[in-house]
Amino acid sequence: MTLEIFAKISVYSVLALSLVAALGVVLFPSIFHAALCLVGALVGVAILYIALHAEFIAVVQILLYVGAVMTLVIFAIMLTHRIGDQTIPQANKQSLPALLSLACFVGLLGSLFLKTKWPVGPAHTEPVSAFVLGKALLGEYVFPFEVVSVILIAGLIGAVVIARKD
Amino acid sequence: MDQMFVNLKKALLDSLAPFLPMEGVAFVSVVVSISAIAVFGPFTMMYLTWFERKLVGRIQNRIGPNRVGIFGLLQPIADGIKMLTKEDIVPTGADRVVHFLAPVVVVIPALLVFSVIPFGRNMVAVDLNVGLIFFIAVSATTTIAIFMGSWASRNKFSLLGGMRTVAQLVSYEVPMILSLVPAVLAAGSLSTVDIVEAQGGWNGLKWFVFTPWGLVAFFLFYLCGVAECNRTPFDIPEAESEIVAGFHTEYSGMKFALWYMAEFMNVFTVSALTATLYLGGYQGPLLPSWAWFMIKTYALVFVMMWFRGTLPRLRVDQLMGLAWKFLLPLALINILVTSAWYFIPGLALRLAVSIAILGASFWGLVTLNRPFVPEKRIYEFAE
Repeated sequence: MTLEIFAKISVYSVLALSLVAALGVVLFPSIFHAALCLVGALVGVAILYIALHAEFIAVVQILLYVGAVMTLVIFAIMLTHRIGDQTIPQANKQSLPALLSLACFVGLLGSLFLKTKWPVGPAHTEPVSAFVLGKALLGEYVFPFEVVSVILIAGLIGAVVIARKD
Repeated sequence: MDQMFVNLKKALLDSLAPFLPMEGVAFVSVVVSISAIAVFGPFTMMYLTWFERKLVGRIQNRIGPNRVGIFGLLQPIADGIKMLTKEDIVPTGADRVVHFLAPVVVVIPALLVFSVIPFGRNMVAVDLNVGLIFFIAVSATTTIAIFMGSWASRNKFSLLGGMRTVAQLVSYEVPMILSLVPAVLAAGSLSTVDIVEAQGGWNGLKWFVFTPWGLVAFFLFYLCGVAECNRTPFDIPEAESEIVAGFHTEYSGMKFALWYMAEFMNVFTVSALTATLYLGGYQGPLLPSWAWFMIKTYALVFVMMWFRGTLPRLRVDQLMGLAWKFLLPLALINILVTSAWYFIPGLALRLAVSIAILGASFWGLVTLNRPFVPEKRIYEFAE
């Protein structure tokens, strides 16, 4: 019982921290700090996945988003001239319409959340084996898997073409 | 003897069981594992610095630290005290918060990866079913910490070091991940414990390294691991003779010690993972399992330090060329050979085919990558 309460407290605090980090992404004036906050938010989501017994998704989340995408983002920030400046304004004149549309969207989402019945099934704590993963990736989901590979190859070739200066 | 540490923990938990509820015992069990790692990691780091200084001293025909304690054994403690009492200097223009956070953040992944390493039979903190990807994913976040440090220092050398780090780590991650695929294929699992258990035959000597593909993957993985730790000959991110100290130029005192702690713990964990994947981890005859694990790991650590004492630093283009033009194609071919190994009937045929393919591709890659050297240089003197 005490353990359950402890688990709940930790999950909620991770949630709160990732929300704070997500707010930081939007509010920090320096784009580098915003990127670091994004890292924090992504790690928070990964910890939530672990709490939900989805270790594979959690690990892939960290590997792809924190390890690869964020490194790329930060690299792009560093190589872009003066983008890290603190003087770039955070808001423009369209904040009122943006706020209105945001309120509409939040209202819609909220009503959907309230209407939906959230079915609670028995917990799946069975770990996913490499065998099952391989079967799924190259069996049931082979089409998206191959599409992603083609896109990646296209990206790689494109990068080489752009980088080559004849 | 084999289960010494496991029984020790069990005895501790059993002695606490009458006084605590079920959850309490589970909690204590977790705390024991965590504190074992939290003590073992930094302690290993302290004595690795001593070991490296002694060893490099020997290689350079010196004695190394010998003033504090017998054989200089108390030197790491003296260093620690010195680091703690040193002035902590932060550059005026630095981003203070990020500058402070970076060395703290870099230690976290270095400590976290200890949790999936099987130190002996039943001696793993968490037997995660995706342990191997966990190791790779968590150690990949080191890049961001190094970047934070280099950016927050507001120093040209730091920034250069940070950029070099990212270029190097991102490049070497690709062949590193590809070279652990053969072990996963052979064991049919991503769990580090399962991979070690799969190498248990032949009296504990059926290590993957004794197969042709295993040998190639072992060398690939180990080389990439050395590069991931930023160690010589892959230490361009902190090349002393070029960019002062790279990303940690502006760090002093305990913060500098934290950078070093992360680096040395990475040295240990990468060696440990290499031993786990290809040298059979804790498998071995006669000796207890944890002793085998430590022997293999420290042998690999020793080789890394030997590299440092022997090899000069690679140039940036050589470094990138090695990763993309040599290690990556060889790792891809090696995956094919590994899969073929399990489809070809008969040991002789298997050996012949895999050695032929790997030998041919190795020779081909070496020939294709040979740099252009003019046969005869003609020197003309100005008159």
